[in-house]
Amino acid sequence: MSPIVRKSKEKFSLPSRYYLVIFSIICILLMLLTFFTDFHLSGANVIVGYTIVPCQKGISAVGTFFYDKKELLKEIKALTKENEELKKEIDALTLENAKYQQDMFELASLRDLYNMNQGYTEYEMTGAKVISSSDSNWFNTFIIDKGSNDGITTDMNVLSGSGLVGRVTDVGPNWSRVLTIVDDNSNVSCTVLSSSDNLIVSGDVLKLENGYITFSNLIDDDNDVAVGDKVVTSNISDKFMPGIPVGYISYIETDSNNLTKSGYITPSVDFRHINDVLIILKTKDITE
Amino acid sequence: MKRIIINAILILICFVLQTTFFSMFSRTGIVPNICIILIATTGFMYGKTEGLFVGFICGLLFDIFSFNVIGFNALLLMIIGYLNGYFVNTFYSEDVKLPLLLISLSDLLYSFVYYVFLFLLNNKLEFGNYFFTIIMPEFFYTILISILFYPLFLWILIKQNKKERQTDVTGI
Repeated sequence: MSPIVRKSKEKFSLPSRYYLVIFSIICILLMLLTFFTDFHLSGANVIVGYTIVPCQKGISAVGTFFYDKKELLKEIKALTKENEELKKEIDALTLENAKYQQDMFELASLRDLYNMNQGYTEYEMTGAKVISSSDSNWFNTFIIDKGSNDGITTDMNVLSGSGLVGRVTDVGPNWSRVLTIVDDNSNVSCTVLSSSDNLIVSGDVLKLENGYITFSNLIDDDNDVAVGDKVVTSNISDKFMPGIPVGYISYIETDSNNLTKSGYITPSVDFRHINDVLIILKTKDITE
Repeated sequence: MKRIIINAILILICFVLQTTFFSMFSRTGIVPNICIILIATTGFMYGKTEGLFVGFICGLLFDIFSFNVIGFNALLLMIIGYLNGYFVNTFYSEDVKLPLLLISLSDLLYSFVYYVFLFLLNNKLEFGNYFFTIIMPEFFYTILISILFYPLFLWILIKQNKKERQTDVTGI
């Protein structure tokens, strides 16, 4: 026992400016470390996985519940009406469907013949729920409720029903972060389906306000590409699987260098209302 | 110890609300920055050290959840918390003007530094556009929400001060 009895209130404390210096150095070191190397704070990922993520799951479940209820009331009236119309349509469509199924069968056999059975619908996928969106208004990322425990790794492609959403950039045990293609930091190599010209699709936080993403570096000497053409991910992309729909060209102009073209694409996914996503359980291995 | 627990709970609440509830119900896609309200109020209510720590933790969460370079938000928000700590002696609980002014200045500073380092240096020069589509809406939304949240933080402060005074009297 030490002879000096301290009062409990007299604790050891540093002046706050020392804390500022110490923590600034820590921050700068972390920044340098994460910027120049592949270092990941995996410990922190696990910690937030068991503290913050469950709360987000809970709140977003409650939030979605009320949001759904609100939307439900709105839609019930419209739906009953629509339902009757749709029932009539079903009859017509079942007939048509039978015809298409035959065509599909034929298509599958022809594809086998050409060794082209790599449509994106054939990848193994898993569904996930979006539990939180990005915390600042400058970037477009979101958190989903599946992580390394479910077999998710970084660079897996994320889809929504109608097209490409983005890719996984960080993984915790029960959560992972998705960088969307409309984010300012995202660049995707894509192809115009009709003319097979390659272009770069990059997100822009300002254009997103009007529902667009920008594209650039389109080399199209023959003026083949027109407004309305479908854009899919290209074969030469090193992160994205080929053939996933991205959107439609909605504006196109020639750059000042007269060699390349750029413009806007309307994405096929509604990025404001993503609740469920699909993740392709396979990363593109370019060494393959 | 008690302050640490209260701060941890407040950070948790603010961060979770900001990332889930408010982004889900925001019509324009703009989310209010609730964490900056917490950081600024902690700074000018409890002093530099506490503002610094709350800013650091919030920033670290921001970095982990939505950023590839860990440390940027932590450093920025930490400094904002620290700067707010300079006003700990000019702050009176009856006065609403100074807190609102500090919160709005903090938010503007945060947005501005964010723009300069991550967009301007990235050759995206249209400051006017960014200002009117992102910084201004976020600013007004944050002020609006801070009118709701600030009384809560003030209530916690007053409650704690009362308890401390009681223990001071009895604990001699």
